[in-house]
Amino acid sequence: MKKKFFFIFIIYAILKPSISFSLVEIDITRGNLDPMPISVSPFFSDKTTDDKIKNNLNIENLGLEISKIIENNLEKTGLFDAIEKEAFLQKPDIAHLKPRFEDWALIKSQVLITGKVKSKIINDKDYINIEFKLWDVLGAKMVDGFSLTTTPRSWRRVGHKISDKVYERLTGESGYFDTRIIYVAEEGPKTQRVKKLALMDQDGFNTKYITLGNELVLTPRFNPANDKEITYMSYFRNMPRVYIVNLQTGKQRVVGDFRGMTFAPRFSPDGKKLIMSLAKDGNSEIWVRDLETNIQEKLTDHPSIDTSPSYSPDGKYITFNSDRSGYQQIYVMRSDGSKVKRISFGKGIYGTPVWSPRGDLIAFTKLHKGKFYIGVMRIDGTGERLLTENFYQEAPSWSPNGRIIIFYRETKTNDKGEGFSAKLWSIDLTGYNERLVRTETDASDPSWSSLLGK
Amino acid sequence: MNLSKILKNAFFVVIFGLIVTACATKKSVKTTESSTSETTKAAETQKADPIEKLDALMQGDVYIGSDTVGELASGVPDRVFFATNETILTTASRETLRKQAAWLRQNSDVTVVVEGHADERGTREYNLALGERRANAAKDYLMTYGVSSDRIKVLSYGKERPVDSGSNPLSWSKNRRSVTVKAN
Repeated sequence: MKKKFFFIFIIYAILKPSISFSLVEIDITRGNLDPMPISVSPFFSDKTTDDKIKNNLNIENLGLEISKIIENNLEKTGLFDAIEKEAFLQKPDIAHLKPRFEDWALIKSQVLITGKVKSKIINDKDYINIEFKLWDVLGAKMVDGFSLTTTPRSWRRVGHKISDKVYERLTGESGYFDTRIIYVAEEGPKTQRVKKLALMDQDGFNTKYITLGNELVLTPRFNPANDKEITYMSYFRNMPRVYIVNLQTGKQRVVGDFRGMTFAPRFSPDGKKLIMSLAKDGNSEIWVRDLETNIQEKLTDHPSIDTSPSYSPDGKYITFNSDRSGYQQIYVMRSDGSKVKRISFGKGIYGTPVWSPRGDLIAFTKLHKGKFYIGVMRIDGTGERLLTENFYQEAPSWSPNGRIIIFYRETKTNDKGEGFSAKLWSIDLTGYNERLVRTETDASDPSWSSLLGK
Repeated sequence: MNLSKILKNAFFVVIFGLIVTACATKKSVKTTESSTSETTKAAETQKADPIEKLDALMQGDVYIGSDTVGELASGVPDRVFFATNETILTTASRETLRKQAAWLRQNSDVTVVVEGHADERGTREYNLALGERRANAAKDYLMTYGVSSDRIKVLSYGKERPVDSGSNPLSWSKNRRSVTVKAN
């Protein structure tokens, strides 16, 4: 009973639109927790456009594919239920011009999305123009829409941008669909895993491998201020060090000149600094390096293991884990290393603290009585909530709107040591809607980008 | 009046009877349960052999067996094992490292890498630090016994290179290790 009340409260907090001019909003105040029925009409296109796209992208019906991207994105939030396209009574082109709202109400749709794709030539180059409209079926009016022109091969991103717009309009929260995930792709036996950096769209498409698997690579993380840049740790030449990679140029550089292993890197929110651990002579401390001035500074000074640092979104604080109390626990300090304060006091071991982009919560991994949990707590350590329990899971990373946490989970092997796998999973901050995240190979160490720029 | 009283009493008697029966039923169920668990216990006792073996392979939770143990040189084991989350060298570990140090003193042209490892039951980054700590514990001991620090490199693999892929305490104990490997 208590749990249900909590669930309703949280959902309400998420979905309550800040400003609402339309009749359509996800209203759960009546205790209706069913997903909102939504229709995504296939985007229509003319014959010339179809031929061009077939030629350029080898896709038969781009408009249909775009509508599927939107459906898939929205359904995965658990907040929407896409109605089967066979049930649609109105043709896509007419619906886009002016829907017959009774027809959509008849199939119980509360919201309708329509659109059109048109090929364009600018300076002798092929482009596509995509227009979309969001309709309130019950209010019988258009509530949002946009039109944008892009290169044909960026078509999936348009689907994500439309999804973001719909999500924002209907929930009052910023979207997270036009984003990417950098992770470690894994293959081979558990004792000799081959690991590569991999980059994919948030929905698992467009996977690119950034490294070849010749050396061990770990813990890639996006620069929150620049989605073209990541930091990670590589065992290149058996010298485990932190690197920064430009994803556009492929250029990479080692960060700093340290005698000892550098690991656990993360950018500051403005992307101008990098925090990481340096392990030397049996002791790990947290360091910060200014990427503009190249000045580096030690922030912790303790004989225990201090690692896994993460900045608060305003850059003023750093959370990290340390075993200075005897076991791994979560601490918060000022970003200059002063005022160190332990915040985790629950039963068990706490690690990998990651500050929410909203600033109010810290996600963590907890080990208690042989089970691993992903949880969240307030920044003063109160209000601990465990979202998911499993044999092994860790490395939470927040969606840019702070509503979803992605992490990786490893399976227990059988008594012959077989059956190992590592996969990415996501879960809502509410503790509901746990989902396997599609990857081509086994995967670990996910990091979610900010909303993509140009 | 009387009749209703009698009926009432009869009713209570019936109810009471039901309760007694219910209790009796419960009891009999319980008895069955306990006998079942005893059967399980008996089965476990029969399977006790591997558990005894486990005791012979671990002291506390430090691995003391010889599986996966290689040689740095003839008669010189290449690795030492650690307790969960620990970097303390056991008596057996110190003996192994003294053998390594003695051999390294005799073969002064040899340089080594001490690789530190952790089991899979910890977060990746913490385990990198833990592996580094373990490797340094071994390095420091080698130095105490006369091997100069410039002949010993340290490399932590954290939990990235287990020797045993099992997900059980014995496998984990074999993976919590530092291994001395010839570098030239």
